Amino acid sequence: MTPPWLIVGTVPDESVGLLQGPCAMDSDGLVVGGVSLSVRRGTPALLAAACAACAVLGLEPPQALLGGDAGRGRGSRLAYDHLRGALPCLAPRGITFHYLFPDLAGHDQVLLAALALPARPLLVADAGFMYVAKMSGQAAEYDLFTPDAGELAFLADEMAPHPFYTRGFLLEAEAVPAELIRRAWDSGGAAKHMLVKGGSDRVVRQGRILTEIAGPLTPAMEAIGGTGDTLTGMVTALLMGGRAIPEACAVAALANRLLGQLAQPTPATPVAGLVAHLGEALRLALEKEEEFLWRK
Amino acid sequence: MKLPFGWGGKPPQQKQEGARSQGHDRGVLAFSHTAEVIRAEAALKAAGLAVRVMGPPPDMRTGCDMVVEFELVREPLARRVLAEAKLAPLAVAPVRAGMLEPVSLHQIKDFGQWLMVRAANMKLTVDKNTRVIVNISGGGCPDVPALAELLVGQTLDAAPSPLATGQTLCAYALELAFREAQRQLPAHPRPEHAQPGRP
Repeated sequence: MTPPWLIVGTVPDESVGLLQGPCAMDSDGLVVGGVSLSVRRGTPALLAAACAACAVLGLEPPQALLGGDAGRGRGSRLAYDHLRGALPCLAPRGITFHYLFPDLAGHDQVLLAALALPARPLLVADAGFMYVAKMSGQAAEYDLFTPDAGELAFLADEMAPHPFYTRGFLLEAEAVPAELIRRAWDSGGAAKHMLVKGGSDRVVRQGRILTEIAGPLTPAMEAIGGTGDTLTGMVTALLMGGRAIPEACAVAALANRLLGQLAQPTPATPVAGLVAHLGEALRLALEKEEEFLWRK
Repeated sequence: MKLPFGWGGKPPQQKQEGARSQGHDRGVLAFSHTAEVIRAEAALKAAGLAVRVMGPPPDMRTGCDMVVEFELVREPLARRVLAEAKLAPLAVAPVRAGMLEPVSLHQIKDFGQWLMVRAANMKLTVDKNTRVIVNISGGGCPDVPALAELLVGQTLDAAPSPLATGQTLCAYALELAFREAQRQLPAHPRPEHAQPGRP
Protein backbone atom coordinates (compact mmCIF):
# COMPACT_ATOMS: atom_id res chain seq x y z
CA MET A 1 0.00 0.00 0.00
CA THR A 2 1.30 3.44 -0.90
CA PRO A 3 2.09 5.56 2.17
CA PRO A 4 -0.30 8.47 2.58
CA TRP A 5 0.26 12.16 1.97
CA LEU A 6 -0.78 14.25 4.93
CA ILE A 7 -2.11 17.82 4.85
CA VAL A 8 -1.98 19.56 8.24
CA GLY A 9 -3.83 22.79 8.95
CA THR A 10 -6.73 24.38 10.79
CA VAL A 11 -10.36 25.36 10.44
CA PRO A 12 -11.54 28.54 12.22
CA ASP A 13 -13.95 26.76 14.58
CA GLU A 14 -12.68 25.67 17.97
CA SER A 15 -15.62 23.30 18.51
CA VAL A 16 -14.14 21.08 15.81
CA GLY A 17 -11.36 19.90 18.15
CA LEU A 18 -9.15 17.66 16.06
CA LEU A 19 -10.16 15.98 12.80
CA GLN A 20 -8.20 13.31 11.01
CA GLY A 21 -8.98 11.14 8.02
CA PRO A 22 -9.11 11.00 4.26
CA CYS A 23 -10.68 14.02 2.62
CA ALA A 24 -13.34 13.84 -0.05
CA MET A 25 -15.63 16.15 -1.95
CA ASP A 26 -19.38 15.56 -2.00
CA SER A 27 -22.35 17.63 -3.12
CA ASP A 28 -22.22 19.70 0.09
CA GLY A 29 -18.52 20.47 -0.14
CA LEU A 30 -15.51 19.05 1.65
CA VAL A 31 -15.72 16.12 4.06
CA VAL A 32 -12.92 15.21 6.47
CA GLY A 33 -13.33 12.37 8.94
CA GLY A 34 -17.07 12.38 8.35
CA VAL A 35 -17.43 16.12 9.06
CA SER A 36 -18.60 18.52 6.34
CA LEU A 37 -16.58 21.72 6.00
CA SER A 38 -17.39 24.79 3.94
CA VAL A 39 -14.82 25.72 1.32
CA ARG A 40 -14.25 29.44 1.56
CA ARG A 41 -10.54 29.94 2.16
CA GLY A 42 -7.68 28.56 4.23
CA THR A 43 -6.92 24.87 4.64
CA PRO A 44 -10.38 23.71 3.41
CA ALA A 45 -9.67 25.50 0.10
CA LEU A 46 -6.30 23.76 -0.12
CA LEU A 47 -7.91 20.39 0.61
CA ALA A 48 -10.69 20.95 -1.94
CA ALA A 49 -8.11 21.83 -4.59
CA ALA A 50 -5.99 18.80 -3.73
CA CYS A 51 -9.05 16.51 -3.93
CA ALA A 52 -10.13 17.94 -7.29
CA ALA A 53 -6.58 17.64 -8.64
CA CYS A 54 -6.25 14.06 -7.36
CA ALA A 55 -9.46 13.16 -9.21
CA VAL A 56 -7.94 14.49 -12.44
CA LEU A 57 -4.70 12.60 -11.82
CA GLY A 58 -6.44 9.35 -10.85
CA LEU A 59 -5.05 9.40 -7.31
CA GLU A 60 -6.52 8.61 -3.93
CA PRO A 61 -7.15 11.88 -2.06
CA PRO A 62 -4.76 12.93 0.71
CA GLN A 63 -5.21 12.45 4.44
CA ALA A 64 -6.01 15.54 6.49
CA LEU A 65 -5.22 16.53 10.05
CA LEU A 66 -7.13 19.65 11.10
CA GLY A 67 -7.22 21.50 14.39
CA GLY A 68 -10.12 23.79 15.25
CA ASP A 69 -8.35 27.11 15.75
CA ALA A 70 -9.72 30.65 15.44
CA GLY A 71 -6.42 32.25 16.35
CA ARG A 72 -5.78 31.35 19.97
CA GLY A 73 -3.43 28.56 18.99
CA ARG A 74 -5.13 25.76 20.92
CA GLY A 75 -6.27 23.81 17.86
CA SER A 76 -2.84 24.18 16.32
CA ARG A 77 -1.30 22.90 19.55
CA LEU A 78 -3.59 19.85 19.38
CA ALA A 79 -2.42 19.22 15.82
CA TYR A 80 1.27 19.65 16.71
CA ASP A 81 0.98 17.31 19.70
CA HIS A 82 -0.98 14.68 17.83
CA LEU A 83 1.31 14.77 14.82
CA ARG A 84 4.46 14.36 16.87
CA GLY A 85 3.10 11.12 18.32
CA ALA A 86 1.36 9.83 15.21
CA LEU A 87 4.09 10.33 12.63
CA PRO A 88 5.90 7.02 13.25
CA CYS A 89 2.66 5.07 12.60
CA LEU A 90 1.50 7.19 9.68
CA ALA A 91 4.93 7.22 8.00
CA PRO A 92 3.72 9.63 5.32
CA ARG A 93 5.65 10.09 2.10
CA GLY A 94 4.89 13.76 2.19
CA ILE A 95 3.42 16.41 4.48
CA THR A 96 1.94 19.75 3.45
CA PHE A 97 1.79 22.14 6.41
CA HIS A 98 -0.59 25.08 6.12
CA TYR A 99 -2.55 27.49 8.34
CA LEU A 100 -1.12 26.69 11.77
CA PHE A 101 -0.38 29.01 14.65
CA PRO A 102 3.34 29.86 14.40
CA ASP A 103 4.55 28.09 17.53
CA LEU A 104 8.30 27.59 17.64
CA ALA A 105 8.30 24.75 20.18
CA GLY A 106 5.52 22.90 18.35
CA HIS A 107 7.32 23.32 15.04
CA ASP A 108 10.63 22.02 16.36
CA GLN A 109 9.04 18.92 17.87
CA VAL A 110 7.19 18.08 14.66
CA LEU A 111 10.20 18.67 12.45
CA LEU A 112 12.39 16.46 14.66
CA ALA A 113 9.76 13.71 14.54
CA ALA A 114 9.54 13.97 10.74
CA LEU A 115 13.29 13.87 10.28
CA ALA A 116 13.53 10.81 12.56
CA LEU A 117 11.29 8.70 10.30
CA PRO A 118 13.07 5.82 8.51
CA ALA A 119 12.02 7.29 5.13
CA ARG A 120 12.22 11.06 5.15
CA PRO A 121 8.92 12.55 3.89
CA LEU A 122 8.80 15.44 1.42
CA LEU A 123 8.10 18.55 3.47
CA VAL A 124 6.00 21.39 2.01
CA ALA A 125 5.19 24.48 4.07
CA ASP A 126 2.86 27.36 3.35
CA ALA A 127 1.15 30.08 5.43
CA GLY A 128 1.72 30.15 9.21
CA PHE A 129 3.81 27.02 9.28
CA MET A 130 6.14 28.49 6.66
CA TYR A 131 6.57 31.53 8.94
CA VAL A 132 7.61 29.45 11.91
CA ALA A 133 9.77 27.13 9.78
CA LYS A 134 11.73 30.19 8.64
CA MET A 135 11.89 31.63 12.13
CA SER A 136 13.25 28.34 13.49
CA GLY A 137 16.37 28.73 11.34
CA GLN A 138 15.68 25.31 9.78
CA ALA A 139 14.06 26.43 6.52
CA ALA A 140 16.57 24.47 4.44
CA GLU A 141 15.22 21.22 5.92
CA TYR A 142 12.04 21.86 3.91
CA ASP A 143 11.63 20.80 0.30
CA LEU A 144 9.20 23.54 -0.73
CA PHE A 145 7.89 26.91 0.45
CA THR A 146 5.15 28.76 -1.49
CA PRO A 147 5.44 32.48 -0.55
CA ASP A 148 3.79 35.45 -2.23
CA ALA A 149 5.60 38.78 -2.70
CA GLY A 150 5.10 40.03 0.87
CA GLU A 151 6.12 36.68 2.31
CA LEU A 152 9.20 36.54 0.08
CA ALA A 153 10.36 39.84 1.57
CA PHE A 154 9.88 38.32 5.03
CA LEU A 155 11.89 35.21 4.10
CA ALA A 156 14.64 37.51 2.83
CA ASP A 157 14.77 39.43 6.12
CA GLU A 158 17.00 37.49 8.48
CA MET A 159 15.80 39.69 11.37
CA ALA A 160 12.04 39.23 11.01
CA PRO A 161 10.22 36.48 12.97
CA HIS A 162 6.91 37.20 11.18
CA PRO A 163 5.93 39.17 8.04
CA PHE A 164 4.52 41.86 10.36
CA TYR A 165 8.09 42.88 11.23
CA THR A 166 9.60 42.80 7.72
CA ARG A 167 11.90 45.77 7.29
CA GLY A 168 10.72 48.44 4.89
CA PHE A 169 13.57 48.37 2.40
CA LEU A 170 12.67 44.77 1.54
CA LEU A 171 9.00 45.62 1.06
CA GLU A 172 9.56 48.50 -1.34
CA ALA A 173 7.74 48.08 -4.65
CA GLU A 174 11.05 48.23 -6.52
CA ALA A 175 12.58 45.32 -4.59
CA VAL A 176 13.81 42.87 -7.24
CA PRO A 177 12.38 39.35 -6.75
CA ALA A 178 15.57 37.64 -7.95
CA GLU A 179 17.60 39.53 -5.34
CA LEU A 180 15.11 38.75 -2.58
CA ILE A 181 15.13 35.08 -3.58
CA ARG A 182 18.92 34.95 -3.45
CA ARG A 183 19.01 36.84 -0.16
CA ALA A 184 16.43 34.47 1.37
CA TRP A 185 18.52 31.45 0.40
CA ASP A 186 21.85 32.95 1.48
CA SER A 187 20.47 33.96 4.88
CA GLY A 188 18.84 30.59 5.57
CA GLY A 189 15.26 31.83 5.18
CA ALA A 190 14.35 29.71 2.15
CA ALA A 191 13.46 26.07 1.57
CA LYS A 192 15.38 24.07 -1.02
CA HIS A 193 12.67 24.88 -3.54
CA MET A 194 10.24 27.75 -3.62
CA LEU A 195 7.25 28.62 -5.74
CA VAL A 196 7.10 32.41 -5.48
CA LYS A 197 3.61 33.61 -6.40
CA GLY A 198 3.14 36.91 -8.18
CA GLY A 199 2.55 38.65 -11.51
CA SER A 200 5.06 36.08 -12.74
CA ASP A 201 5.27 32.85 -10.78
CA ARG A 202 8.87 31.80 -10.19
CA VAL A 203 10.08 28.27 -9.57
CA VAL A 204 13.26 28.39 -7.52
CA ARG A 205 15.88 25.86 -6.43
CA GLN A 206 18.51 26.78 -3.87
CA GLY A 207 18.15 30.50 -4.48
CA ARG A 208 18.21 30.28 -8.29
CA ILE A 209 15.19 30.87 -10.53
CA LEU A 210 14.65 27.79 -12.70
CA THR A 211 11.64 28.99 -14.64
CA GLU A 212 9.06 31.79 -14.71
CA ILE A 213 5.42 31.38 -15.64
CA ALA A 214 4.01 34.72 -16.72
CA GLY A 215 0.79 33.88 -18.50
CA PRO A 216 -2.07 33.86 -18.83
CA LEU A 217 -2.43 36.76 -16.40
CA THR A 218 -5.70 37.53 -14.58
CA PRO A 219 -4.82 40.45 -12.27
CA ALA A 220 -7.96 40.01 -10.14
CA MET A 221 -6.61 36.68 -8.84
CA GLU A 222 -4.23 38.55 -6.53
CA ALA A 223 -7.12 40.03 -4.59
CA ILE A 224 -9.04 36.78 -4.12
CA GLY A 225 -8.49 35.13 -0.76
CA GLY A 226 -7.70 31.44 -1.28
CA THR A 227 -5.97 31.46 -4.69
CA GLY A 228 -2.67 30.67 -2.98
CA ASP A 229 -4.41 27.78 -1.23
CA THR A 230 -5.69 26.33 -4.52
CA LEU A 231 -2.16 26.58 -5.91
CA THR A 232 -0.59 24.75 -2.96
CA GLY A 233 -3.36 22.13 -3.18
CA MET A 234 -2.55 21.43 -6.83
CA VAL A 235 1.21 21.32 -6.15
CA THR A 236 0.53 18.78 -3.41
CA ALA A 237 -1.53 16.57 -5.74
CA LEU A 238 1.14 16.68 -8.45
CA LEU A 239 3.80 15.73 -5.90
CA MET A 240 1.56 12.88 -4.76
CA GLY A 241 1.52 11.75 -8.38
CA GLY A 242 5.29 11.52 -8.41
CA ARG A 243 6.20 14.70 -10.25
CA ALA A 244 9.56 16.28 -9.45
CA ILE A 245 9.21 19.42 -7.34
CA PRO A 246 10.09 21.98 -10.06
CA GLU A 247 7.72 20.31 -12.52
CA ALA A 248 4.92 20.10 -9.98
CA CYS A 249 5.33 23.79 -9.18
CA ALA A 250 5.39 24.89 -12.81
CA VAL A 251 2.37 22.81 -13.85
CA ALA A 252 0.36 23.93 -10.81
CA ALA A 253 1.25 27.57 -11.44
CA LEU A 254 0.11 27.25 -15.06
CA ALA A 255 -3.10 25.51 -13.94
CA ASN A 256 -3.86 28.26 -11.40
CA ARG A 257 -3.39 30.86 -14.13
CA LEU A 258 -5.67 28.93 -16.48
CA LEU A 259 -8.13 28.75 -13.59
CA GLY A 260 -8.24 32.55 -13.64
CA GLN A 261 -8.72 32.57 -17.39
CA LEU A 262 -11.57 30.04 -17.21
CA ALA A 263 -13.41 31.60 -14.27
CA GLN A 264 -12.96 35.24 -15.39
CA PRO A 265 -13.19 36.52 -11.82
CA THR A 266 -13.37 40.07 -10.54
CA PRO A 267 -11.59 41.13 -7.34
CA ALA A 268 -14.94 40.50 -5.59
CA THR A 269 -15.18 36.83 -6.60
CA PRO A 270 -14.93 34.32 -3.73
CA VAL A 271 -12.55 31.39 -4.14
CA ALA A 272 -15.50 28.99 -4.09
CA GLY A 273 -16.38 30.45 -7.48
CA LEU A 274 -13.06 29.20 -8.82
CA VAL A 275 -12.92 25.69 -7.38
CA ALA A 276 -15.59 24.42 -9.79
CA HIS A 277 -13.20 25.17 -12.69
CA LEU A 278 -10.14 23.65 -11.06
CA GLY A 279 -10.33 20.19 -12.65
CA GLU A 280 -10.67 21.64 -16.12
CA ALA A 281 -7.80 24.07 -15.47
CA LEU A 282 -5.48 21.27 -14.39
CA ARG A 283 -6.44 19.08 -17.38
CA LEU A 284 -5.67 22.01 -19.70
CA ALA A 285 -2.35 22.65 -17.98
CA LEU A 286 -1.35 19.01 -18.39
CA GLU A 287 -2.24 19.21 -22.09
CA LYS A 288 -0.40 22.48 -22.60
CA GLU A 289 2.60 22.07 -20.31
CA GLU A 290 4.91 21.11 -23.16
CA GLU A 291 3.91 24.20 -25.11
CA PHE A 292 3.83 26.66 -22.21
CA LEU A 293 6.54 25.45 -19.88
CA TRP A 294 9.22 23.41 -21.52
CA ARG A 295 9.52 24.58 -25.13
CA LYS A 296 12.50 26.91 -25.44
CA MET B 1 -6.39 59.71 11.22
CA LYS B 2 -4.82 58.51 14.40
CA LEU B 3 -3.21 55.13 13.94
CA PRO B 4 -3.08 52.60 16.75
CA PHE B 5 0.10 52.02 18.73
CA GLY B 6 1.66 55.23 17.47
CA TRP B 7 2.28 53.69 14.05
CA GLY B 8 3.20 56.27 11.50
CA GLY B 9 4.84 58.50 14.12
CA LYS B 10 8.32 58.61 15.57
CA PRO B 11 8.79 56.61 18.74
CA PRO B 12 9.03 58.92 21.72
CA GLN B 13 12.59 58.02 22.67
CA GLN B 14 13.90 59.14 19.28
CA LYS B 15 12.91 62.70 20.09
CA GLN B 16 14.86 62.81 23.32
CA GLU B 17 18.49 62.96 24.35
CA GLY B 18 20.75 60.84 26.55
CA ALA B 19 19.45 57.66 28.09
CA ARG B 20 16.03 58.24 26.56
CA SER B 21 17.51 58.36 23.04
CA GLN B 22 19.03 54.94 23.69
CA GLY B 23 15.72 53.56 24.89
CA HIS B 24 17.21 52.93 28.34
CA ASP B 25 14.16 54.40 30.02
CA ARG B 26 11.84 52.03 28.22
CA GLY B 27 10.72 48.60 29.26
CA VAL B 28 8.82 45.73 27.72
CA LEU B 29 5.91 43.73 29.05
CA ALA B 30 5.71 40.16 27.77
CA PHE B 31 2.51 38.11 27.85
CA SER B 32 1.63 34.51 27.21
CA HIS B 33 -0.46 35.21 24.13
CA THR B 34 -0.93 37.84 21.46
CA ALA B 35 -4.55 38.36 22.52
CA GLU B 36 -3.34 39.49 25.96
CA VAL B 37 -0.98 41.96 24.31
CA ILE B 38 -3.92 43.45 22.45
CA ARG B 39 -5.91 43.85 25.68
CA ALA B 40 -2.94 45.17 27.65
CA GLU B 41 -2.10 47.76 25.04
CA ALA B 42 -5.70 49.02 25.05
CA ALA B 43 -5.86 49.14 28.88
CA LEU B 44 -2.54 50.97 29.25
CA LYS B 45 -3.44 53.49 26.57
CA ALA B 46 -6.81 54.11 28.19
CA ALA B 47 -4.92 54.86 31.41
CA GLY B 48 -2.89 57.50 29.61
CA LEU B 49 0.39 55.61 29.36
CA ALA B 50 2.56 56.04 26.26
CA VAL B 51 2.91 52.51 24.93
CA ARG B 52 3.46 50.79 21.62
CA VAL B 53 3.62 47.25 20.34
CA MET B 54 6.99 45.90 19.21
CA GLY B 55 8.60 42.65 18.14
CA PRO B 56 10.39 41.06 21.08
CA PRO B 57 14.17 40.67 21.12
CA PRO B 58 15.40 37.35 19.67
CA ASP B 59 15.80 35.53 23.00
CA MET B 60 12.18 36.26 23.94
CA ARG B 61 10.59 35.15 20.67
CA THR B 62 8.31 32.12 20.61
CA GLY B 63 6.57 32.44 17.26
CA CYS B 64 3.62 34.73 16.67
CA ASP B 65 4.36 37.20 19.40
CA MET B 66 4.94 40.78 20.41
CA VAL B 67 5.56 42.84 23.53
CA VAL B 68 4.26 46.14 24.85
CA GLU B 69 6.92 48.82 25.16
CA PHE B 70 6.32 51.35 27.94
CA GLU B 71 8.04 53.94 30.10
CA LEU B 72 9.93 51.86 32.65
CA VAL B 73 9.65 54.47 35.39
CA ARG B 74 5.89 54.00 35.32
CA GLU B 75 6.07 50.26 35.98
CA PRO B 76 4.03 50.39 39.22
CA LEU B 77 1.21 52.24 37.51
CA ALA B 78 1.37 49.90 34.52
CA ARG B 79 1.15 46.87 36.81
CA ARG B 80 -1.83 48.35 38.64
CA VAL B 81 -3.67 49.01 35.39
CA LEU B 82 -2.94 45.50 34.19
CA ALA B 83 -4.06 43.96 37.45
CA GLU B 84 -7.35 45.84 37.22
CA ALA B 85 -7.76 44.43 33.72
CA LYS B 86 -6.95 40.95 35.11
CA LEU B 87 -3.78 40.73 33.06
CA ALA B 88 -0.53 39.36 34.43
CA PRO B 89 2.62 39.93 32.39
CA LEU B 90 4.97 36.95 32.11
CA ALA B 91 7.98 39.24 32.36
CA VAL B 92 8.94 42.89 32.64
CA ALA B 93 12.36 43.81 31.27
CA PRO B 94 14.31 46.83 30.08
CA VAL B 95 14.39 47.42 26.34
CA ARG B 96 17.25 45.59 24.71
CA ALA B 97 18.84 45.52 21.29
CA GLY B 98 17.04 43.52 18.64
CA MET B 99 13.54 44.92 19.09
CA LEU B 100 11.69 45.15 15.81
CA GLU B 101 9.38 47.79 14.39
CA PRO B 102 6.02 46.75 12.91
CA VAL B 103 5.66 47.34 9.17
CA SER B 104 4.69 50.84 8.18
CA LEU B 105 4.52 50.59 4.38
CA HIS B 106 1.35 50.07 2.43
CA GLN B 107 1.02 49.12 -1.20
CA ILE B 108 -2.04 50.15 -3.15
CA LYS B 109 -3.35 48.49 -6.30
CA ASP B 110 -6.16 50.02 -8.29
CA PHE B 111 -8.46 47.55 -10.08
CA GLY B 112 -10.82 50.23 -11.41
CA GLN B 113 -13.99 49.58 -9.44
CA TRP B 114 -11.95 48.04 -6.61
CA LEU B 115 -8.97 49.12 -4.54
CA MET B 116 -6.60 46.64 -2.91
CA VAL B 117 -4.44 47.65 0.07
CA ARG B 118 -1.53 45.48 1.16
CA ALA B 119 0.17 45.73 4.55
CA ALA B 120 2.95 43.18 5.08
CA ASN B 121 1.38 39.83 4.18
CA MET B 122 -2.27 40.91 4.28
CA LYS B 123 -4.38 42.26 1.42
CA LEU B 124 -7.82 43.82 1.73
CA THR B 125 -9.93 44.74 -1.31
CA VAL B 126 -12.78 47.24 -1.25
CA ASP B 127 -15.41 48.28 -3.78
CA LYS B 128 -14.71 51.97 -4.33
CA ASN B 129 -18.34 52.84 -4.98
CA THR B 130 -19.98 51.09 -2.06
CA ARG B 131 -16.95 50.89 0.32
CA VAL B 132 -17.84 47.23 0.86
CA ILE B 133 -14.96 44.88 1.66
CA VAL B 134 -15.13 42.27 -1.08
CA ASN B 135 -12.07 40.12 -0.39
CA ILE B 136 -9.29 39.47 2.10
CA SER B 137 -6.26 37.51 1.02
CA GLY B 138 -2.81 36.63 2.24
CA GLY B 139 -1.78 35.87 5.79
CA GLY B 140 -1.06 32.57 7.41
CA CYS B 141 -2.26 32.66 11.01
CA PRO B 142 -5.40 30.68 11.89
CA ASP B 143 -7.58 33.70 12.67
CA VAL B 144 -7.33 35.06 9.12
CA PRO B 145 -10.17 32.88 7.73
CA ALA B 146 -12.36 33.81 10.71
CA LEU B 147 -11.63 37.51 10.28
CA ALA B 148 -12.39 37.29 6.57
CA GLU B 149 -15.78 35.75 7.41
CA LEU B 150 -16.52 38.71 9.69
CA LEU B 151 -15.33 41.51 7.43
CA VAL B 152 -16.14 40.49 3.85
CA GLY B 153 -19.48 41.92 2.80
CA GLN B 154 -19.36 44.76 5.33
CA THR B 155 -18.68 48.40 4.58
CA LEU B 156 -15.53 50.05 5.92
CA ASP B 157 -17.72 51.81 8.50
CA ALA B 158 -19.78 48.83 9.61
CA ALA B 159 -17.01 46.23 9.66
CA PRO B 160 -15.51 45.46 13.07
CA SER B 161 -11.90 46.42 13.57
CA PRO B 162 -9.74 43.33 12.91
CA LEU B 163 -8.11 43.93 16.28
CA ALA B 164 -11.45 43.64 18.06
CA THR B 165 -11.44 39.89 17.54
CA GLY B 166 -8.04 39.15 15.99
CA GLN B 167 -5.49 37.19 17.97
CA THR B 168 -2.32 37.21 15.91
CA LEU B 169 0.22 39.33 14.08
CA CYS B 170 -1.65 38.68 10.83
CA ALA B 171 -4.66 40.38 12.47
CA TYR B 172 -2.42 43.36 13.25
CA ALA B 173 -1.27 43.50 9.63
CA LEU B 174 -4.92 43.31 8.52
CA GLU B 175 -5.74 46.15 10.91
CA LEU B 176 -3.11 48.27 9.15
CA ALA B 177 -4.58 47.48 5.74
CA PHE B 178 -8.09 48.19 7.09
CA ARG B 179 -7.06 51.60 8.47
CA GLU B 180 -5.28 52.50 5.26
CA ALA B 181 -8.34 51.51 3.21
CA GLN B 182 -10.47 53.79 5.43
CA ARG B 183 -7.95 56.56 4.82
CA GLN B 184 -7.89 55.97 1.07
CA LEU B 185 -11.67 55.74 0.78
CA PRO B 186 -13.15 58.17 3.28
CA ALA B 187 -16.89 58.15 3.76
CA HIS B 188 -18.59 60.82 1.70
CA PRO B 189 -20.45 63.33 3.83
CA ARG B 190 -24.08 62.32 4.02
CA PRO B 191 -26.46 64.65 2.23
CA GLU B 192 -28.71 66.71 4.45
CA HIS B 193 -32.13 65.27 5.11
CA ALA B 194 -33.48 67.56 2.46
CA GLN B 195 -36.58 66.25 0.76
CA PRO B 196 -38.26 67.66 -2.31
CA GLY B 197 -40.77 70.28 -1.38
CA ARG B 198 -39.35 70.84 2.11
CA PRO B 199 -36.99 73.64 3.04
